[in-house]
Amino acid sequence: MNHLHLLTFARGSALNWALMLCVAGIVLRLFEIFGLGRKTDLAKPRINSPGSGWHTIFSRSLPPQGMLKREPVTYIGGYVFHLGLLTAILFFAPHIELIRSMTRLGWPSLPSPLVDASVVASIIALGVLLAHRLNNPVKRLLSGLCDYLAWTATLLPLLTGYMAYHHLFIEYTLMLALHIFSVDLLLVLLPFTKLFHTFSVFISRWYNGDIFGRKGVAS
Amino acid sequence: MSATLAKGLNSFKEVIDAPIASFFSSCVHCGLCAEACLFYTETGDAQFTPIHKLEPLRRVWREEYTLLGKLGKLLGLSKPLTDAELTEWEPLVYDSCTLCGRCAMVCPVGNDLTYMIRKLREGMSSSGHAPEDLIGATTRSITIGSPMGIKWPAVLAQIKHVQAETGIEVPVERAGADYLVLMSSMEIINFPEYLSALSRIFKQAGVTWTLASDAFEATNSGIQIGASDLAREIVSRIVVAAERLKVKCVISPECGHAFTALRWEGPNLMGKPFGFEVKHILEVLDELHKAGKLKTKGKDKRPLTYHDPCQIARRGGVVEQPRRLLSEVAADFREMPDAGVMNWCCGGGGGVSANSRAEPLRLQVFKHKITQIEATGVQTLITACANCRIVMEEGLEHYHMNIEVIGLTELLAEYLVEDNAP
Repeated sequence: MNHLHLLTFARGSALNWALMLCVAGIVLRLFEIFGLGRKTDLAKPRINSPGSGWHTIFSRSLPPQGMLKREPVTYIGGYVFHLGLLTAILFFAPHIELIRSMTRLGWPSLPSPLVDASVVASIIALGVLLAHRLNNPVKRLLSGLCDYLAWTATLLPLLTGYMAYHHLFIEYTLMLALHIFSVDLLLVLLPFTKLFHTFSVFISRWYNGDIFGRKGVAS
Repeated sequence: MSATLAKGLNSFKEVIDAPIASFFSSCVHCGLCAEACLFYTETGDAQFTPIHKLEPLRRVWREEYTLLGKLGKLLGLSKPLTDAELTEWEPLVYDSCTLCGRCAMVCPVGNDLTYMIRKLREGMSSSGHAPEDLIGATTRSITIGSPMGIKWPAVLAQIKHVQAETGIEVPVERAGADYLVLMSSMEIINFPEYLSALSRIFKQAGVTWTLASDAFEATNSGIQIGASDLAREIVSRIVVAAERLKVKCVISPECGHAFTALRWEGPNLMGKPFGFEVKHILEVLDELHKAGKLKTKGKDKRPLTYHDPCQIARRGGVVEQPRRLLSEVAADFREMPDAGVMNWCCGGGGGVSANSRAEPLRLQVFKHKITQIEATGVQTLITACANCRIVMEEGLEHYHMNIEVIGLTELLAEYLVEDNAP
């Protein structure tokens, strides 16, 4: 199998299977959550505000009072990484083309040097966050094999994408195939690791906002 | 596996619901919850990280309610929880968590860790892994009627004392009253001025109220230890009395967790909405003030600050009321740093103050409250929870600080305009 065959497989069958596993995994995980149900709260709410859950989905994206000062590395590293990753996924022209070819949906891209810079920032942030995880006693205590697996699976698409774009080290077609394989791996792991927070974060934040909101507290 | 461990594991399984599953699914192990927890910030000990305290519940969730966890269990890749592990976790679940909810306000993925710890305690207690002191307090609540062993004759004695002091009748078993007043053990034993202040305020406001001989105690150890069946029994006494006396509203006293137990958990424990309202005393006083029925004269000139009890402010939504009331009677009110919904716990909530094993740790973490108070430069601290009050009085005494702690109801009564003062 030459490099082109490998690339064809990576963005053909492998990507299709990865997408199918990812979607099936997400559906399963959502079922695992919602299938457990939630008892109706019989306590009269202080304010009847179904919007409090939605409010928290957005408000929790900002650091609460005093927290940025207490944990600047986690917050700043987290913002840089997430924004960089989102920029690369959603605003790199070839990615938009791929999405357009699969869904017929498209949108304007950002200039490639800007996306390139965001990828570099994201990779650096991942490195800083890993160092912080290894050095911070709390993070180290909480971390297990799955945390490092999720970190690696997130880094690989960024790193291989950067190397493919800059034609570094190995032949471009092979590097592009490796990049897409790393995306395939990420898609398969997403539902079954902590990467699932990509989806569940909206649910957990909503519940948090709803629980607090019924008591009249904006969380 | 012992029968109690099996019972505990079943409890763990029963309490896991969709919110808990979403919380565990979302956790990215960022550790930010530790930075909001008094027990971590004051000790630097990573084991006090809130999400780490939930590890037993997380393992049950993963093994019982996720496909990968079930596969792991089937293949022998995961170990079932043991009695030894739960024994090891007991101090983390009970001694170093006050259910204050501060971590739930900062978790970036929105995990309500307090909601989870409350549920975790259900399994801990039913598996026989609750602190002896909390077991004792809960047993006294069920058998005697109060966690501190107080019986109605002790309340009667206080009523007589208050009547003699104020010249105002303290109504008992008065059907059709506007309010059924509850007290906490701490108020009955340590702060009798609460009942005295209420008598005077209610007389002046012209509202009707009553005490009930079989439902005077508001505190609920069943909530703290995590035993819903016992918590329900304790709440039911109040519900029965409120329905018998046909009151419009039950007033939760200056006690944080009593408010949570009755206002938020009560209807769920009973399985039906209440036919009466439940209000914290500060809400009632604020309403009376707004209606022009609570008039004060003069202001306290001492610099004052206010400690927001966690269950009343962050977990109860009573934040503005104490400030409005204080603005009427305090000439020099100063907010402490992080006041309001982000206030730091006194360190004794959630049953910690009733757990003698936790005392050294509680006193250690009280240093944060000292920092907050010192930032205001006051010598007088106001609060609205008898448990916070006693915990802070003990802490201030321990650190040789000359700070007076006063209940807000009592402070208001000091400046009450009385038509027929004795």
